[in-house]
Amino acid sequence: MWWDWHQIWEVASAPDNVPIVALLFFIPFYCWLAFREAKKNDELIAKLEADPAAAKTAHRKTQPYEKGWDREVHTWPYLMRVELLAAILVTVLLMVWSLTLNAPLEEPSNPNVTMNPAKAPWYFLGLQEMLVYFDPWIAGVVMPTIIIVGLMAIPYIDENPLGNGYYTYRQRKFSIWTFLLGFIGLWVLMIVIGTFIRGPGWMWFWPTQTWDASRVDFAVNRNLDDVLRIDGAWMAHLMPGSWKPFSGLIARGIFGIFPVTFYFLASGYFMNWLANRTAFSRKIYKRMSLLQTVTMLMLLALMLSLPLKILLRLVFRIHYVWETPWFSV
Amino acid sequence: MAEDNGEQKRKGLLGKFKDDAEGLKKYVSEKGKEQLEGLKEPEKTQLYRSIFRFKHDETARNRALSVLSNVFFHLHPAKVNRDATKYSYTWGMGGITFYLFIVLTFTGVLLMYYYHPSKVQAFRDILYLENDVPFGKLLRNMHRWAAHLMIIAVWLHMFRVFLTGSYKKPREFNWCVGVLLMVLTMLLSFTGYLLPDDQLGFWAVTVGTNMARATPLLGHEGPFGPQLGMTPYNDVRFALLGGSIVDANALLRAYIWHCIAIPLIASIFMALHFWRVRKDGGISGPAPVMLESEIKDEKGPRPVIMKPSGMQ
Repeated sequence: MWWDWHQIWEVASAPDNVPIVALLFFIPFYCWLAFREAKKNDELIAKLEADPAAAKTAHRKTQPYEKGWDREVHTWPYLMRVELLAAILVTVLLMVWSLTLNAPLEEPSNPNVTMNPAKAPWYFLGLQEMLVYFDPWIAGVVMPTIIIVGLMAIPYIDENPLGNGYYTYRQRKFSIWTFLLGFIGLWVLMIVIGTFIRGPGWMWFWPTQTWDASRVDFAVNRNLDDVLRIDGAWMAHLMPGSWKPFSGLIARGIFGIFPVTFYFLASGYFMNWLANRTAFSRKIYKRMSLLQTVTMLMLLALMLSLPLKILLRLVFRIHYVWETPWFSV
Repeated sequence: MAEDNGEQKRKGLLGKFKDDAEGLKKYVSEKGKEQLEGLKEPEKTQLYRSIFRFKHDETARNRALSVLSNVFFHLHPAKVNRDATKYSYTWGMGGITFYLFIVLTFTGVLLMYYYHPSKVQAFRDILYLENDVPFGKLLRNMHRWAAHLMIIAVWLHMFRVFLTGSYKKPREFNWCVGVLLMVLTMLLSFTGYLLPDDQLGFWAVTVGTNMARATPLLGHEGPFGPQLGMTPYNDVRFALLGGSIVDANALLRAYIWHCIAIPLIASIFMALHFWRVRKDGGISGPAPVMLESEIKDEKGPRPVIMKPSGMQ
């Protein structure tokens, strides 16, 4: 059923979903705040770059400064009163939130009654949504590890010395777009999909569509080798008799190596091209060691594999790209 | 003297008491007034001075000392960049995260008084807490919402640190510590999810830990796991749950991870994180902008990993 506004309300008002609704407001707000500051700084940078003589004497901050002002202020009271105020505000917010909304408590745990949909806590819904596109060993283990390692690798890959300690867009376009894609485009958006779009049976329900537990999804997902009719029939002719029953398996296993390899080469090439678009980025790129370049391209390729797989799955209905008896991608 | 004696005799015992009382009254009122007067300047009292070593006045020296000589405040430097107190730069999310950790520790300890991590008791304890314990419902609500808020605050903190480029030299390592702290925050929240032992927590943790089955090499459904001898009874999921299903052992393990182990580990990393903020030069900005023309040419790329000394 469509235009079921009650369904939206039911999901959005579930007490445990309040943080996600809050995120929907917080993230645009802080993006706006950051880009407002970045714009101010970028205008200052443009001004100073046009006038190198002024750059030598300028204060170089958008915050007001006059001669004779101290460059530093005492922590007590100027910083600590802000901290006290923040602590009070957070406490008030928490009190009001706790008085108005109760923490959810369902029935006692019962292994025989499965919740439908059974959802992970909201902050892990991105990973649960990833399960649609990847097998659990990728979505649940490999990807989280790569996210953590990848985040930790950022400072050791980013060779751009500009934009250290101030908001800027002009000087760090590539890294900012990468982070926005990863954080908002993949992490937060996947959480929002997992919360508001995925209903019973983890099926896709558009907003205002009723979460019908009896709905049946007739979508047929095929592997890439099915689409390309790789069945090993041709290969069977070349094989000894006892191997013939496995020809399909072997053909599919060998076939899958190609699209996966091709993807990493192509996305690496594409990223390499993207990171060399401007004279400035070429300058930064030149500063990077081979290890840094390879790590960066590898991480970016792994990150981009998620939206690509989403596209393959949701639009082209492709399940696996590479299927073997031990693992499938 | 004789006359005196006579007078005193005439006054008698009662009179003597009266005199003493009179004297005492005078003494108490005079001294009392003096001491009450002294209370108008409490910072001069011995009691105050024994606790706070320095005067609370507006001299630069005492403003600095009031921060440096206080164990709780000395996380701060005596002075900060004048623009670093601006909300539009810092967003205050790191501090809010730490404050929420304190709130969660406080409410969490109170909750522990009412909770038994056993299959028989756990769910009943929550019912008891919600219905019979004074302010029990408020306590549980605050603990849960503070946990959610903390995760949001951590993410926004990371977002701010990224957008201001604060992970760059010399703060690379502290960014890594921060990433680990974020992971620990989410694990703290996740292990707490199971503790009410209701359907919500049970299935969330079931979904979460089922992924561990698929761990490559170490899970019984993961790539090459079965080939390495993994079964539901010896793989990494078994280690997490203390069994092959989410049951009593899993509850106990979640409880200990949640209440003792992860908070301890997180506290150590937090100490490291805060210490490094100071050692790496305090809060990163707002720093003066740097221009493209000022980038120094480095002689070849700076190696991230150096060869150990002595190696050719």
